[in-house]
Amino acid sequence: MRLFSALLIGLIFGTGIAVSGMINPAKVLNFFDLAGSWDPSLALVMAGALAVAMPGYRLVLARRAPRFAPEFQLPDTRLIDLRLVAGSALFGIGWGIAGFCPGGALPALGSLRPEALIFVAALTLGLLIARGLKALAARSPQSA
Amino acid sequence: MSTGFTPLASLAGGMLIGLAAVLLMALHGRILGATGILAGLMRSDDARDRSLRAALLLGMVLAPGLVLLVTGDWPALEVPVPMTALIGGGLLVGIGAGFGGGCTSGHGVCGNARFSRRSITATLSFLIAAFATVHVTRHLIGG
Repeated sequence: MRLFSALLIGLIFGTGIAVSGMINPAKVLNFFDLAGSWDPSLALVMAGALAVAMPGYRLVLARRAPRFAPEFQLPDTRLIDLRLVAGSALFGIGWGIAGFCPGGALPALGSLRPEALIFVAALTLGLLIARGLKALAARSPQSA
Repeated sequence: MSTGFTPLASLAGGMLIGLAAVLLMALHGRILGATGILAGLMRSDDARDRSLRAALLLGMVLAPGLVLLVTGDWPALEVPVPMTALIGGGLLVGIGAGFGGGCTSGHGVCGNARFSRRSITATLSFLIAAFATVHVTRHLIGG
């Protein structure tokens, strides 16, 4: 039941990504192209997701614990630093270049398109590079 | 290449994304961030944790097939950029999400839904960067 529910949740997420157009780089890039072929659809994806998640989280997080786990795992850092801002900016640049974000590309793998596989391979390598760089920075004493 | 405005499908799809995020928190106590799920799969040595992440990923990957089954068509997916852009963009997305601690789903949906100031900052940063990048590639250098 634990794993089946996770599979179902992944399927709901992926279906939302596919139906909403987030799976489609052409649509994503047009959302960002204000001065050209602008397609405002993706603003509604974010609006729809938040309209459900905001009240949903409020209800769920008022409970004592999740169904299949001992506790809620929420990020404990509240730090707003250069890593957060510059890392997110790099993310946005890459998103604007490729048109895929991770949430769009992982479900896209299931469409058997080679472009999705190429992007996910590069994304995975990028995550490993970031992990390596962070481990290096943590080892040198004067770094933040 | 222009794409049509799809307000209803995009709103409904967005609501499914939000529903998935709420269910994952209610049942498993986790943030639904695509980057976090993928990154954790490569790091975790806890079999229980890995199996949960693998099940989530498998569900995601099955989604286009479900759309094909129900509607008779694959979901629209056009890639208007060359392979070099997919590779370069993918690397930047991975490095950036690794340092920024999340992506569109983790920060943009889950973090913002619980009013995390970190996530609101990250979301503004990546949205501004993406708008600027597409403006540059399509109107300043790409023409």
